[in-house]
Amino acid sequence: MSDFNPKIVAFVCNWCTYAGADLTGTSRMKYSPQVSIIRFPCTGRIDFMLLLKAFANGADGIIVSGCHPNDCHYSSGNFHARRRWIVFRGLLDFLGIDVRRVRFSWVSAAEGAKWAQLVNDTAEHVRQLGPFSGYHRLRGLGVG
Amino acid sequence: MARIGVFICHCGENISATVDVKKVAAAASRIPGVAHSVEYKYMCSDPGQQMIKNAVREKNLTGVVVAACSPRMHEPTFRRACAEAGLNPFLCEMANIREHCSWVHEKSDATTNKAIDIVRTLVAKVKKNKALLPIKVPVTKTALVLGGGIAGIQASLDIANAGHKVILVEKQPSIGGHMSQLSETFPTLDCSQCILTPRMVEVAQHPNITLHSYSELESLDGFIGNFKARIRKKARSLDEKLCTGCGLCTQKCPTRKIASEFDAGLGLRPAIYVPFPQAVPNKPVIDREHCTYYLKGKCRLCEKICPTQAIRFDQEDEILEVEVGAVVLATGFDIKHGDFFPEYGYGKYKDVIDGLQFERLASASGPTLGEMRRPSDGRVPETVVFVACAGSRDPAKGIEYCSKICCMYTAKHAMLYKHKVHHGRPYVFYMDIRAGGKMYEEFVRRAQEVDGVQYIRGRVSRIYERGGKLVVKGADTLLGARPMEIEADLVVLATAGVANAGAEELAQKVHVSYDPYYFYSEAHPKLRPVETNTAGIFLAGACQAPKDIPESVAQASGAAAKVAGLFSQSELVREPLIAVVDRQAPPLYSTCVGCFLCQAACPYQAIEKEEIRGRDGRLIKTVAKVNPGLCQGCGTCVALCRSKSIDIQGFSHEQVYAEVLALLNRGESDV
Repeated sequence: MSDFNPKIVAFVCNWCTYAGADLTGTSRMKYSPQVSIIRFPCTGRIDFMLLLKAFANGADGIIVSGCHPNDCHYSSGNFHARRRWIVFRGLLDFLGIDVRRVRFSWVSAAEGAKWAQLVNDTAEHVRQLGPFSGYHRLRGLGVG
Repeated sequence: MARIGVFICHCGENISATVDVKKVAAAASRIPGVAHSVEYKYMCSDPGQQMIKNAVREKNLTGVVVAACSPRMHEPTFRRACAEAGLNPFLCEMANIREHCSWVHEKSDATTNKAIDIVRTLVAKVKKNKALLPIKVPVTKTALVLGGGIAGIQASLDIANAGHKVILVEKQPSIGGHMSQLSETFPTLDCSQCILTPRMVEVAQHPNITLHSYSELESLDGFIGNFKARIRKKARSLDEKLCTGCGLCTQKCPTRKIASEFDAGLGLRPAIYVPFPQAVPNKPVIDREHCTYYLKGKCRLCEKICPTQAIRFDQEDEILEVEVGAVVLATGFDIKHGDFFPEYGYGKYKDVIDGLQFERLASASGPTLGEMRRPSDGRVPETVVFVACAGSRDPAKGIEYCSKICCMYTAKHAMLYKHKVHHGRPYVFYMDIRAGGKMYEEFVRRAQEVDGVQYIRGRVSRIYERGGKLVVKGADTLLGARPMEIEADLVVLATAGVANAGAEELAQKVHVSYDPYYFYSEAHPKLRPVETNTAGIFLAGACQAPKDIPESVAQASGAAAKVAGLFSQSELVREPLIAVVDRQAPPLYSTCVGCFLCQAACPYQAIEKEEIRGRDGRLIKTVAKVNPGLCQGCGTCVALCRSKSIDIQGFSHEQVYAEVLALLNRGESDV
């Protein structure tokens, strides 16, 4: 599996993690190109069905990241996301998706280095887990 | 059919050094719906923007994707360019191939492929974008300021001086707040009333300010620019227009032994009273709980003696309705009272007093006319112990925060005492000295070095009476926690600063959030310290957290500047990236089932209930509706909605699902 290049989708909020990832770029820190970002106004906006949609369409891993607790631009969206994530973990388990394929994190606008680290860690992690092959089954369940 | 234009920027070499931009442009041109795909050295430059404008016009584009830097950098630039070419600006998106791609990866096929993925993702999104119009909300240029302490006074004056109308509401019979009770202020030791009362008079005389004292907010509805407030004007029991403030009634009132609120319980006042001589307005109030007429049905001496027949025993509370565009909360703070400290004998021993009581003892207008005499027997106290952090920074007392002002006012108290009782011995028990502020540290050192105040680092465990003295037991932690015992004549507790008793109720009335201590929460702790999460409601002073006079004044001016900024335009223009609830033709009307989960989750109280009625007035269903003036576009409601009936413009379900599919290289036809 050495030539396996995982496909990782990152769902991030506009105010903290998107800006943090911008800072990674401005600081010219390098990280694995297997991750692409989709921008949301807030992690509170992230409908976790999107995560299943991504898995059902070939994603091998997912990052969800927003502002640290108490730093949310909209005051409480990240708390909603955190609660949703706690519930969602159980559903992932039920669907037979390895929970380790999803990383839930907080990256602030000042944490460019943390973003690079998070991406590299996740990419390495997912590489070890191998490609996600359960998506045919997920699509059979009607998720895709 | 979509006609999307893709514009790929080299950013000098910032992008083109690691991304094969020609390959990206070629790949983009093959994406279904892309009608035009070019690359250029500097898209943000004038010729670059012109290139976009020309293409929009000539190729009749229905959407634009600029693959360049972060949208946080240049989104406004390119949206403006599109608008100038006649394309709705919300049909333009940016694909971030610099910060998120070229700068963070090495030159390789993988990097170029990622850039193509990003472009494809944004093309998929922009195909689902809708033309949006900015939201315009009218603004009523009158501000409501709640609280007439120094913060409310400053905010009112600043807003009024900017040329806008202000309605100032104060709960007490007079404005002035806690500052009017203070003797002298740190670190300059200038007399509090001398600097405050001119401001109070200015408020009373300002043509743009309407003052409602002895009044409270009853309710607040509406949203930024368009609030409706109901104000309860409590019955003063006199006709304010007739009363001249001569004061005859207050001198002749036979019921005179009521503890004065203004003197923190150390002085007495009659049943008809003005709180203090410089009160604004200088009109008395009848305290109906103590007035003989209200209790026993006879007396009416004030009515007989009043030269203008202004007394009105039958007066009732009046409800005023006003329309305002902004609200400033400046409701202030209180200090912890009562049996909070049984171990210190606070409330049990007359000579264990709190900081505000000491202010009144030291004040020239106080019950002792500024002479330092203790409450129990009127003797001059020879030894005074000041206890800092009485409750603050004490999880056992339920107050974990630092009350911020006590270190400074305790130093001031010890100093004022020493200035009045030259041979006196002041001691201060403290945990740490927090004297951050201009001239603050120097002030504390002056108390220690010039006025000889003894500072003992340690906490007081117990205070009890022994032979007419108050024994203060503590420890000096700088001397190996040596137990200490001081026989004092007077003990002053710097009790914790806390939120006002009605703070929670008011917060719920105006829909602002508050912390576990009932201090009001600012919208952002660093960057939006004077705003609340409810648009149009601002914070000033100690209702947000304990703070001293200069800080309160600074925040009040900040809030006033925000209000003036809001009032500088007749219409509020906001980005339309907000939530909307599904609406359909009858018989469905809306897919919303009216569970109102969204209403509970919304941090901005932007979700309202709307009743859909038939022609005969019959209620068909109650559904959610977003108030465009309040919604900030976080989208928390969107992710929560069970029936997917609420969506957010700019980050709609259609848009983000299309993005996910495109990113994973699955066209719509694959689904």
